[in-house]
Amino acid sequence: METDVTTDRKEKKEKIPRQPMPEQPPAERVRNFAEVPLGYAEAAAILEARRCIQCKKPGCIAGCPVEVQIPAFIRLIAEGKFEEAARKLKEDNSLPAVCGRVCPQEDQCEKSCILGKKGEPVAIGRLERFAADHERNKGEIFIPAPAAPNGLRVAVVGSGPSGLTIAGDLIKLGYGVTVFEALHKAGGVLVYGIPEFRLPKAIVEAEVAYLEKLGVRIERNAVIGRLKTVDDLFAEGYGAVYLAVGAGAPVFMNIPGENLSGIYSANEYLTRSNLMKAYRFPEYDTPIVRGRKVAVIGGGNVAMDSVRTALRLGAEEATIVYRRTEMEMPARKEEVHHAQEEGVRFELLTAPLEYLGDDQGWVTGMRCQRMELGEPDASGRRSPVPIPGSEFVLAADTVVVAVGTTANPIVPATTPGLETNRRGYIAVKGEDGETTRPGVWAGGDIVTGSATVILAMGAGKQAARAIHAFLSKA
Amino acid sequence: MNEITLRRQLSENVVRMDILAPEIARRRRAGQFLVLKVHEQGERIPLTMVDSDPAAGTVTLIYQVVGKTTALLAGLGVGDTILDVQGPLGNPTEIETFGHVVCVGGGVGVGVIYPIARALKEAGNHVTSIIGSRTKDLLILEEETGKVSDRLIVATDDGSYGFHGFVSQVLQGLIDRKDPIDRVFAIGPVPMMRVVCDVTRPGAIPTIVSLNPIMVDATGMCGACRVSVGGETRFACVDGPEFDGHQVDFKLLASRLRMYCPQEEQAYHAHRCGQHGN
Repeated sequence: METDVTTDRKEKKEKIPRQPMPEQPPAERVRNFAEVPLGYAEAAAILEARRCIQCKKPGCIAGCPVEVQIPAFIRLIAEGKFEEAARKLKEDNSLPAVCGRVCPQEDQCEKSCILGKKGEPVAIGRLERFAADHERNKGEIFIPAPAAPNGLRVAVVGSGPSGLTIAGDLIKLGYGVTVFEALHKAGGVLVYGIPEFRLPKAIVEAEVAYLEKLGVRIERNAVIGRLKTVDDLFAEGYGAVYLAVGAGAPVFMNIPGENLSGIYSANEYLTRSNLMKAYRFPEYDTPIVRGRKVAVIGGGNVAMDSVRTALRLGAEEATIVYRRTEMEMPARKEEVHHAQEEGVRFELLTAPLEYLGDDQGWVTGMRCQRMELGEPDASGRRSPVPIPGSEFVLAADTVVVAVGTTANPIVPATTPGLETNRRGYIAVKGEDGETTRPGVWAGGDIVTGSATVILAMGAGKQAARAIHAFLSKA
Repeated sequence: MNEITLRRQLSENVVRMDILAPEIARRRRAGQFLVLKVHEQGERIPLTMVDSDPAAGTVTLIYQVVGKTTALLAGLGVGDTILDVQGPLGNPTEIETFGHVVCVGGGVGVGVIYPIARALKEAGNHVTSIIGSRTKDLLILEEETGKVSDRLIVATDDGSYGFHGFVSQVLQGLIDRKDPIDRVFAIGPVPMMRVVCDVTRPGAIPTIVSLNPIMVDATGMCGACRVSVGGETRFACVDGPEFDGHQVDFKLLASRLRMYCPQEEQAYHAHRCGQHGN
């Protein structure tokens, strides 16, 4: 990426090192559910913001799925105009406090930062988080003047990152927007999936409250496909429907013993802890098994979230069991690093073959097999090959299966004309998420399969443009 | 929303409640359930809907007080509201004209079998209902079930009313008398359903059971409710709750239902002490 700055100025800028963000020390944080990174203080944020060289053709924006005006908001932070920075962020991103925490910036905006070519990129995520937190903590959230209602209504199914993004975009264009959420709390994976120590739920609540203040209606406990169908939504007068129901069905490995007591899907384990606050049982009524020896199968972010939750629930031993090596792990480096710091054990190149149980039907361990890496598979990762005679038993009283999710069939099964692909995900015609059913768009994990918060948000943004164009023509 | 419009004590531990939930009432069909959460810190529990009145906008629940959540619920009265009510969930009962159907209900399961018996009767079946309880005072919906059945047989474990013994024994009697039976629906405690399936298995009488495993989201997202049917893992919330009873692994169901016994007792105990203590 080209820059128009003078060599002189560039040198001056690079003298400031990338500002570290303070964190709770590992020994302390494994005993609580409070957030691990603590955020920048004002001085550090300004210093970090001053590292940005304000490229004329910024690569960072192109690296962002929702096209946040990154240099502009960073400049405002450098100038000490924190509230203005938050407003600038919100022009393109309805959930900056969330994205500043859970986006994989290292693969997106920060990957394209020119400073990263020779040194370390600007800490865009940390600055985003700082600006959003500053505004929220001040308690004076700026609510833009409402757009004049255009009399058209759009139904959004699912209140996860994709649904919330499209709701924010369409309400600003004057649409009446109703979001239907199956659970009793809005936020989707942000509330049931991502733990408090990575994304405090008060932040999600604040972001949802912000959208409601903008005029978005959220109907909770509303399972589309059961309470009403997509056809019903059109009959009720919605001009378009956006389906963002997530990849909400857990995948099990179909190996013997998988239904023993003490074996959870990651979805269940995390939902109990995050949405139902089982980690605060008995203050909250939902129980969760507090295992002493917990094994988590998988190497993604959800596996890291699960294993770190297990530690905080008091596990003496929490182990990641993954069939490839750390190199192939889909989890963010930062999450793996956090898990390592906290004392998580890693049984790499290891796959479970069957679960063992006692006479009460409780899991006691699993028979595993060691693997070695063979040729790269379709995903480009080297595929694991079993090593003959390498079987061993790993003791565990609690197991969390975090090997992925798949499409939840409730909406596709009840929506005539809505085609799915062979894996059950909703088929779309192009980038904007138009489906085979006229007036219906879809985006997020129900289209792509398990992906990231920001990609789901990007899909919401594109669909918002497409639905706006569709309803403007009609 | 979710206002309680009727509360009636049906037996010592069994309560009927009607709840204002017009959209659910309009949609609900026999065999479906809802999930409710009584208060902010509450857990989500599934309860089968016994009835619905689309005109009044109400759904009817019949539940037994077995733990903290059902105790909290039973502590509410007419005019109170339930924080969260989600439904209708699960697949409706497949109602067809089978011929002679026997509906077997045990304990609070009578509340679930009653609407199914009614729907089967309305579909033109000859309906025999066998309902039972531990003792006479715990028997519910006798009159209602009788009205929608061609024949009603009551059994109590202690012989205080009707046949002295289990509902499964009554069913065995019908089978022994060579009464032709085209289908059996059995809903009640896990051991009762298991035994009924054992009774109908030799004659290969199709037997449908409604399973009540632990659920969290109840929309197919978490897998807490997984059951083994014909050797395959199914989710009771979206694949059920009704399954071919001859294929169900009841032992697994029973052991998974016990998964949180210590915590459930702890919560219920603390709740009762909080109520009666000080």
